[in-house]
Amino acid sequence: MKYMLLIYDEEQAWSKLSENERQQIYKEYGQLSGELKAAGQFVTGSQLHPTSAATSVRVRDGKGIVTDGPFAETREQLGGYFLIEAKDLDEATAIAARIPSARMGTIEVRPLVEAATPATA
Amino acid sequence: MFPLRYGTFAAVMPQPSETLEQVFREEYGRIIATLIRLSGSFDLAEEALQEAFTSAVANWERDGTPGNPGAWLTTVAHRKLLDAVRREKTRSDKQPELEYETERLQPYVELALFEEAVEYPDDRLQLIFTCCHPSLSREAQVALTLRTLGGLTTAEIARAFLLPESTLAQRLVRAKNKIRIARIPYEVPPLKVLQERLASVQSVIYLIFNESYSATAGNSLTRKDLSAEAIRLGRVLCRLMPNEPENSGLLALMLLHDSRRDARVNDRGELVILEEQDRSRWDREEIAEGLRLVEQALRLRRVGPLQLQAAIAAVHAEAQAPDETDWRQIVALYEELMRISPSPIVALNQAAAVAMSEGFEQGLVLIEKAGASGKLENYYLFHAARADLLRRLNRLPEAAMAYSRAAALTTNQVEQQYVRRRLSEVTKPNGHLPDMSS
Repeated sequence: MKYMLLIYDEEQAWSKLSENERQQIYKEYGQLSGELKAAGQFVTGSQLHPTSAATSVRVRDGKGIVTDGPFAETREQLGGYFLIEAKDLDEATAIAARIPSARMGTIEVRPLVEAATPATA
Repeated sequence: MFPLRYGTFAAVMPQPSETLEQVFREEYGRIIATLIRLSGSFDLAEEALQEAFTSAVANWERDGTPGNPGAWLTTVAHRKLLDAVRREKTRSDKQPELEYETERLQPYVELALFEEAVEYPDDRLQLIFTCCHPSLSREAQVALTLRTLGGLTTAEIARAFLLPESTLAQRLVRAKNKIRIARIPYEVPPLKVLQERLASVQSVIYLIFNESYSATAGNSLTRKDLSAEAIRLGRVLCRLMPNEPENSGLLALMLLHDSRRDARVNDRGELVILEEQDRSRWDREEIAEGLRLVEQALRLRRVGPLQLQAAIAAVHAEAQAPDETDWRQIVALYEELMRISPSPIVALNQAAAVAMSEGFEQGLVLIEKAGASGKLENYYLFHAARADLLRRLNRLPEAAMAYSRAAALTTNQVEQQYVRRRLSEVTKPNGHLPDMSS
């Protein structure tokens, strides 16, 4: 079963970290990815550029509207994600708790809608 | 008739026989837990058990009650479940586009394994932990626990919590969907998180009890059926996990509070505070069991907040008269409670105990201190307790202010009556009555 782990944290807090601290966190992220890969639970994952690089797109009445920034103004922003394989919610939340940003921000755990397999057995 | 009846049962049988209703109460949770484990579906399990009860009504009437009614029901419900699963499988094989129907079956349930099941271990512990999983809201946890482990109908739960039935039904559907979609596990949590999860289970049961003990709205202070259900769940938890002292603490706490139920309200339906209760109306059996459980729990030497609260209730229960209460011990227990699980409400209770053991002045100082954070500002009992001390210190105008604040904060009519009676006592006969509507 696939779960998306959406990593929310405060961009401002991140930008205030020293280069050393950031490198430390990157290292932890690297370790976690390595462990998940070794366990066969890593599907994909990435850090995202800050919301200052984000663009929102909406189509209303057939017309596309492109605007600056993310859709909602919130304290925490989506900063990255992991797509993982886990047997149940407890396993997924346990992995979420290992994400370094969980100590400062919030990890939202969302199960993926898996396409129904045709019953051809 | 009690407001909370086992309506699933009542619905299938117009003239309930003692046995079947009893069996229903006792066995519902255990059988449903097994059926959920087998099918992975709350809905299919509920339907199968409902059908089994319907069969029981017809069969037992004709052939008499079987020797082991629980086993009879389990076997029949298991068979009904198998039929239902086969039906759903056939339907989904024929029409794979019927996604909704196929979704009701957990893909990981191996049908073969499930047909071989011949023994039925007690699965209720898994069920409790699933129902009280932290990823469900507290309201959903309560509703789901009462629905599945207690076998209460949606209508009964809605009535007990004074909510529209549709709200409750929706709450249950959402919770069951979340369990299925997010795949909340059906298992006893691993040791690492067990204590934390168990605390969540205990909170849910205690919440059900508290809802019955002091209904937050409406005019019936005691909702006997809900408290009986909470106590029953507490007993189940103790039986399933006998070496967890907080489980015994929880059961003891509920029993000791429940023992005062009849004395808490007088013949006119008015609230009677602990100090003024007729102690001969306390339920001696519940007290004896509660005291035994507290002792048993404390002997395991892993003290927790529920055991301490039960111990406090036990000290009250042991006093033959109010002035025989060992307030020093109660203060000491509150101190310990403040140490391991501090909260403004514990601080408030501690202050009230200090008032009784060391004097009203000292108690009032501590109450003001507990209220300083502002967190108790909207808590009816804070103002009522403060008012009581002011009254005893003969500071009547201040007491009147505090009583009227308390009256404005409680929606329970029985509690309101009590506060208003006190208010009229502290207000001079020709004096101005403070505005209570604000």
